[in-house]
Order: sequence, then structure tokens, then C-alpha cells
Amino acid sequence: MKLYGRYFSIHLRSTMQYPASFWMTFWGQFLTAFSAFLSIYFLFDRFHAVEGFTYQEVLICFASVMLSLSFCECFFRGFDRFPTLIGNGQFDRILIRPRSTIFQVMVSQIDFSRLGKYFQALLVFCYAILTCGVEWTLPRVLTLCGMLLGGTAIFAGLFLFYAGASFFTIEGLEVLNIFIDGGREFGAYPAVIYGKAILKFWTFVIPMAMIQYYPLLFLLGRTDSIWNALSPLAALIFLIPAYLFWRFGLRHYRSTGS
Amino acid sequence: MSTLAKYRSIFRIRFINGLQYRLAALAGLSTQFFWGFMEILLYKAFYQANPEAFPMEFSALVSYIWLQQAFLTLYMSWYFDGDIFEAITSGNVAYELCRPMNLYLFWFTRSMASRVAKAALRCLPVLVIAFLLPEPFHMKLPVNLPIFALFLVTMGMALLLMVSMTMIVYGLTFYTLSPLGLRMIFGSLSEFCSGALIPLPFLPDRIQKFMEFLPFASAQNLPFRIYSGDIAGMEILWGVLLQIFWTGTLIALGALIFQNALKRAVVQGG
Repeated sequence: MKLYGRYFSIHLRSTMQYPASFWMTFWGQFLTAFSAFLSIYFLFDRFHAVEGFTYQEVLICFASVMLSLSFCECFFRGFDRFPTLIGNGQFDRILIRPRSTIFQVMVSQIDFSRLGKYFQALLVFCYAILTCGVEWTLPRVLTLCGMLLGGTAIFAGLFLFYAGASFFTIEGLEVLNIFIDGGREFGAYPAVIYGKAILKFWTFVIPMAMIQYYPLLFLLGRTDSIWNALSPLAALIFLIPAYLFWRFGLRHYRSTGS
Repeated sequence: MSTLAKYRSIFRIRFINGLQYRLAALAGLSTQFFWGFMEILLYKAFYQANPEAFPMEFSALVSYIWLQQAFLTLYMSWYFDGDIFEAITSGNVAYELCRPMNLYLFWFTRSMASRVAKAALRCLPVLVIAFLLPEPFHMKLPVNLPIFALFLVTMGMALLLMVSMTMIVYGLTFYTLSPLGLRMIFGSLSEFCSGALIPLPFLPDRIQKFMEFLPFASAQNLPFRIYSGDIAGMEILWGVLLQIFWTGTLIALGALIFQNALKRAVVQGG
């Protein structure tokens, strides 16, 4: 933990060497998240509700997914850039150090500009929880925290899969970006609106629905089932195959030799 | 004749270069299908929520979405040539200036070629499959031949327009030297205003009217809506005139920025 603090401060200081550039990218990120928000705003301005979900209710989904994703993009950026580490042979240096590889890849980069996205999502999040008309009881607050935790786990898992795949392909496997970007883009709406087949996919393959649709029903009081409240925890299970895949890839790693 | 041949061969070099990335295109293709299906399902849910509030024919929207996926790389506002930024910020642009070519036209051709090459690999499979899909994913043929011809012409113009906008961003990089922020702001602005996130008819009327005046609307918005039959008659004529106006203006503006920047540029030795 102490070591993480050291890395953190190094990255922070190096980013802040160019404050103008940092703030430009910060607001750039803010704007990307903002235009995604605007799309939702305008669609609901026209349609008012979708599958019985109102604007504020969908915003809870949008914001919690965006918060989880931008958190991962900021602090797990190293996995996103991992193909480069393999490509230029930097990863060999990581292997000979007496720390876990995951930790070292994680601290190899921290992208603070993503906090612009995080900041935007946080504003929407606050707005949504204040206006959605949910009576905030303790179980509901805990479920909401679970949604953020579970969401972070899913995106972290996807990042780990993405990085793990590059042990085999050297280059990043673009296909996995479908789920990362797709999760951000389509995870903004409760998974049920895409129909049964997609809901199953978002439940059993990539458990995106576990952190938005199922717990959302519990938050809104449409179900009292304890399983809905606990479903975000199921998303944590996603980390297990991701970790195993990483281990598997690591064992098969051959240096590119450059 | 010889000037034209010069730019034509640059186009060819870049085009062939772009065709090399077949595996990336395959990955891109699966993304495009996933995206297309999900978007259609999303709008279907909105359609079912309130069919009267739906601002386009549903089939027109389906065509719009598949065209968007098929020609994504032609009009994406996020795509910039990293080498060009590199050349500007590192000063290597000096070498480029030694060539007996106009830098603006050189980079313009080059950007256009890499967009076309990327799209050439992806558009056919997406379109063919979209035509074969069952309802509600099925893509319709254009209404008639003249409309299709207009669609092709405006597609070409829209490409010129999109490239001329990115050229302005390159041009401004000469002044700021830090392209990242500029790029992102331009990217998300133009993505929203060109109807890449949600088609412009889904915006409230007044905002839509305003957006349609902006140059961004003359990019993918115009040809896709002509194809799908969402706009017709005088609206098309007006759209085409506006498109010609913006394309001309932005190319002139970009060329001016380049001229000005290069006049000021001081190449340091070393």
C-alpha cells in the first residue's frame, strides 16, 4: 500500500508538470461523458420512459456504470496499455522484480485525465439519487455501493482479460473492446430493454445486468428479493476467471525479445 | 495533369497501406455488428414506449444505423493521423515541406485515403448482411435511383467535409503544440453535432433546426437521411447547397490556417 502511494505521487507529479495539458484533457474527458449524458437527456425529453423506467432511474444506471468505468480507466490504465509493455519488452523488467505482476502493471500508469469523466458521472449520480424518488434505507444504500463495487470489478475483469489476451496475440485483442465500450454505451440503460436474449448475455456471460438492472429493481422497490440486493456481489465472481486467465497467459508468456 | 497524378499516387500509397490491417478490420467488423444490433434494439424499446413520439420511420432509422456502422471509419470524428501530429510537434514537418507539394493538399489526400481504405474493408460485409437480416434489423434498398445517386454524391462531399474539419485541427496544432485536448474537444463536439451519437431528428425541434445549420450536420447526417428517405424534395436541395457551402468554406479556412502557420514557422537546426 505504501508503495502504491509512492507510485501514485510520482504519477500525479509528472502529470502536473503540464497543468494546461492536464486540464485540457480533463475537460475533454468531461465532455465525452457529457455528450453521452446529453443523448440520454434528449431521448427522454422525447419519450419520457422506456420499459417503465424513467429518466432519473436510467440515470442511476448510466452514472454508476460510468463511475465504475472511469475509475478503472484511471487506475487500471496500465492494463489498457499493456500490449505496449509486451511489445517493447518492458514486461521482462517487471517479471524480475519481487512484486506481483498485477500490482506492477497497475502502477505502470495512472491516467488522471479520466477523472474528468468521473467528475461528470459523479454530478449526474448525485442528481439522480436526489431526484429519483427512492426512499434511501440502509439496505438500499448498501446495494447502491454494491453496484459501484461490482461495476468496478466487471470493468477491472475485462481489462484483465484484455491484457491477458495480449500474452498470446502481442497486440491488443480489439474484440474485447466491444464489451468494454459496449458496456459503457449500452450499460447506461437497464439491460432488460434490449430483450431476453441480450439480458441473458449480460447476466451469464458478462454480468453487466448484475450491477444495474437487478439491483435497480431492488432500489426502486419493485422487488424485495434479497437476491436482487445481493446481485452486485455476484459480479465480483467475474474477477476469478479474469485472474485465472491472466495467470494462464503469464505461464505462456514468451518475451518478444526486443 | 502531373500535379493531379502526384496526389493520386499519394492516395494510392495510403490506400494500399491501409488495406494491410485486415485482422483489425475483422475485429472492427464484429464491433460494428454488435453495435448495430444493440442500437436497433435500444431504439426499438423507445419505439414501443411511445410510437407517436418517434421522429423517423423505424425502417429509416434502421438504414441510418447500418449505414453508420458500414461507413463508420469514413466519418469518425475521433480518427486522426498520429504521424501528422508527430510531424508537427516534433518539427519533422520541415522534411515534408521540402517536397514539391502543397502541404495542405498532401495531408488532405493522405487523411482521405486512410479513411477510405478502412471503410472499403468493412462496408460491404456490413451492408450485405444488413440487407439479408430479418425484421426489425432488415435494411431497405433506397427509394429510387436518383435518390441513390444523390446519396453517393453527398457521401463523397461529406467525406471531404469531414477531412477538412480534421485538417483545421491539424492546422491549429501548429499553434498549440498540444493536440490531445483539442482533439478530444473537437471529437466529442462533432460526434454529438453530426448525429453520430443520436440521429439529429431525435433532438428537440429547435435544437435540431440549429444543429442542421452547423457544418457537422452536412457530414454523415445528410447522406444517411437522404438514403433512408427521411428527408426529401426541397429539404435535400437545401441540404446539398449547405453542404457545398460548408465544404468550400472549411477547406478555404483550413488552407488559410496552414498558410499562415507555415509562414510563421521557424525551423530550428539540429
